[in-house]
Amino acid sequence: MSDETPKPGGDPAAPAAGEAAGPSHREQDAPATAGERQAAPDIADLLGGEPGGPLTAVADPPADQSGPSAYRVQEQSIDFSAQLRQVATRDDAELLTINMGPHHPATHGVLRLLTTLEGEVVRDVKPIVGYLHTGIEKTAEDKAYWKAIPVIERMDYLAYYFNAMAYVGAVEDLLEVEVPKRAQYLRVIHLELNRIMSHLVWLGTTMLDLGAISIFWYAFRERETILDLFEYSSGQRMHTRYFQIGGVAEDIPAGWEQSLRRFLVEMPKRIDQYDAMLKRNEIVLRRLRHVGVLSAEQLQAWGVTGPLLRAAGVPWDLRKAMPSSSYEDFDFQIPVGTEGDNYDRYLVRVAEMRQSLRIIEQAIDGLPEGPWITEDRKVALPPRHELATSMEALIHHFKLVTEGMRVPAGEAYHAIEGPRGELGCFVRSDGSSKPARVHVRDPSFVNLQAFGDMARGEYIADMIATLACLDPLLGGIDR
Amino acid sequence: MEVIRSGGAQAATLSEADKVAFRARQSRARDLLRGELEGEELEQHVRDSVITTTLDKATKWAQGNSIFPLTFGLACCSIEMMSLVGARMDISRFGGEAMRGTPRQSDLIILAGRVSMKMAPVVRRVYDQMLEPKYAIAMGACSSSMGVFNNYAIVPADKFMPVDVHIPGCPPRPEAVMYGILKLRKMIQDDPTMGWRDRYKAHGTEELPPAEDGARA
Amino acid sequence: MPDGDALERLAHLVGAEQDGAVVATVVARGRAEIEVRPDAIGSALERLRHEGYTMLMSVHGVDYHPEERRLGVVYELLSMQLQDRVTVKVRVSAEDPHVPSVVADWPTADFHEREVFDMFGVVFDGHPDLRRILMPEDYIGHPQRRDFPIGGEPVIFTETERRNPGWWK
Repeated sequence: MSDETPKPGGDPAAPAAGEAAGPSHREQDAPATAGERQAAPDIADLLGGEPGGPLTAVADPPADQSGPSAYRVQEQSIDFSAQLRQVATRDDAELLTINMGPHHPATHGVLRLLTTLEGEVVRDVKPIVGYLHTGIEKTAEDKAYWKAIPVIERMDYLAYYFNAMAYVGAVEDLLEVEVPKRAQYLRVIHLELNRIMSHLVWLGTTMLDLGAISIFWYAFRERETILDLFEYSSGQRMHTRYFQIGGVAEDIPAGWEQSLRRFLVEMPKRIDQYDAMLKRNEIVLRRLRHVGVLSAEQLQAWGVTGPLLRAAGVPWDLRKAMPSSSYEDFDFQIPVGTEGDNYDRYLVRVAEMRQSLRIIEQAIDGLPEGPWITEDRKVALPPRHELATSMEALIHHFKLVTEGMRVPAGEAYHAIEGPRGELGCFVRSDGSSKPARVHVRDPSFVNLQAFGDMARGEYIADMIATLACLDPLLGGIDR
Repeated sequence: MEVIRSGGAQAATLSEADKVAFRARQSRARDLLRGELEGEELEQHVRDSVITTTLDKATKWAQGNSIFPLTFGLACCSIEMMSLVGARMDISRFGGEAMRGTPRQSDLIILAGRVSMKMAPVVRRVYDQMLEPKYAIAMGACSSSMGVFNNYAIVPADKFMPVDVHIPGCPPRPEAVMYGILKLRKMIQDDPTMGWRDRYKAHGTEELPPAEDGARA
Repeated sequence: MPDGDALERLAHLVGAEQDGAVVATVVARGRAEIEVRPDAIGSALERLRHEGYTMLMSVHGVDYHPEERRLGVVYELLSMQLQDRVTVKVRVSAEDPHVPSVVADWPTADFHEREVFDMFGVVFDGHPDLRRILMPEDYIGHPQRRDFPIGGEPVIFTETERRNPGWWK
């Protein structure tokens, strides 16, 4: 294992609009057998050459009750004999299917993994989701357009500004309302702060899984600073309802800019601290290097986007390729990895944090004056002082609060680059004041499908590390 | 409203009977230390001594200050619970930083997040695996009541397990969760050992294995 | 998004694969959509893949309830080369909700199709493992259809609780 860490970024690999951006120039040859970078130790050798008996797949734990109970119905409905692929390497290999989760300290939420093991090597992983399904999409159909924003924010619960942005962007596409420039810049600042915060939580919990427990406290220290900024601008730490249709709910208060600048000065030093502890750390390298590799073609077949795809070498980032909300005004780079292993994913995310700081600095330096929400009174509430003087303002306020805005019929799909990949929101409107269908294309939901391929052939401890570096967020997966 | 104060002057002077009793206790304690106290006198002394009641309180104090929470984060509230473990709102100040991964070793389950229909039997099973005395905190609006989402998919925790403290908020600030945990600590220090079935008048909710023909008992 | 002419060209190419495949095209507000017949979805997506739309981003269902052919399945395609998106839609009725599955060519559709089955009841023929993914396995009903009730608990206030003792039973 070489000591050479690949350069995560530095090449302005960002394609300008119109240029070919695809993976054609980066022909990533996949290792022929992804995940078998080291031969799994032969079980027979470990057992002293004794065969383990006929092929057995233990599907369910032995029932200690005489009849089926309600708990068991769920487990027995999965028919292993039909669905378990013949994944054993030898005829007499003994396969053990264990159940990890849904309550498990290392599964980042209520994810259930049916893992088929041969010794310590994972032969098959079947993720079962749905333990956090909250019916958010159906609830959003019941509420007026702007009242559905808090509900949709609670989907991917670490990227709440992104959820709101995707939904609000889709509704703004349908309304064809223009968002003022100041609002766009404020949105970018909050989105990038949220990206840093999401990556910090990812870093803390991933290192917790690997055993570097103290990083959790360092990462959460920075996260508290960012949450202070969120609380300063919107009043809430999480799920802030700050993004509204047509702009942001309120202008930033006095003093927010100074706090943000102080944060921008301190944060790079903190990231340097994390790098000093982790980047050349032998244990981190041993656990993450060459683990969980999946080639770019396979990832694209699975529909994976975000840091996972960028770590595999594909410089695809919606902020550069199809920018919305003034991202084209900012100069930043996209970190791209070379190998697509867990260590590259780690490097890509840390480098993304630094690039986000650059974006925030440019945005706050260039923050234009102007309104923070659209002037269209049919979409946004009028300011309070107008209610005392203007009759139209009062009527608009009344209509907006009681009935909500009417959106012309149509469908829209608005996608942005979330911390985990492409976060898209599909909104269908039937002309009334409530959405007829809201669907959020969550990146974790799609990325989880690639997990089976990533984990096959690895040791179970490596599977935990791969799951951590996949950054699944169950709120988005289950919605 | 009249305020009755015990005068300092009165408390300073002991009556003769008190003095005699005190001296007798002193001499018994001295004999205990010398090993000369035995039989009935010894038992009398131990029964009279203050240590028994103080031990109770000490036990309750220790139980209240050494809660082992179970890591049971479900959704957004789990992130705020994690920041409770973080350095700013340090749960370790109150002895609760030893979060266990297994319900067998923990005594507090913090239901942080929304409990969906699919997850409810799992939560119940985990709660059943905890050993008594065990406590439950429903953190956030979704587990206490239905929260923001009043729909087909989730279920409030009260419907399937007894909850001691409900913490409102969406998500509740870490300070709010801290307040809830301190309230629970006070409850524990008042009476930790009563079984929860008594506490919640929940006799009759025991789960039994189903009968031979598959019907539930 | 492809503009009107580019979309017509794509629709023409898709329709050339199979006669009468294209039912409608819609270009509105930055969205380019081709509606195809359900049995032609596989060939339509392959044709668009040849045109450069190599990534299937999302497969989701829509319920157009009072209208006929109420269950719609929407496929969102992305082209990294052209930085462009195009949408393909399929509409089936609730009485015969069968759509051929595209999992064999687009592995990413696996979870997506299971979710559409779970939430709307559209059966994808050829899917290797069509089980419910978000609701419990033995759940009855398809929650995100428009005529499925939203459910939920009635809000209990202290005074109603006194009137309804034992409401939790």
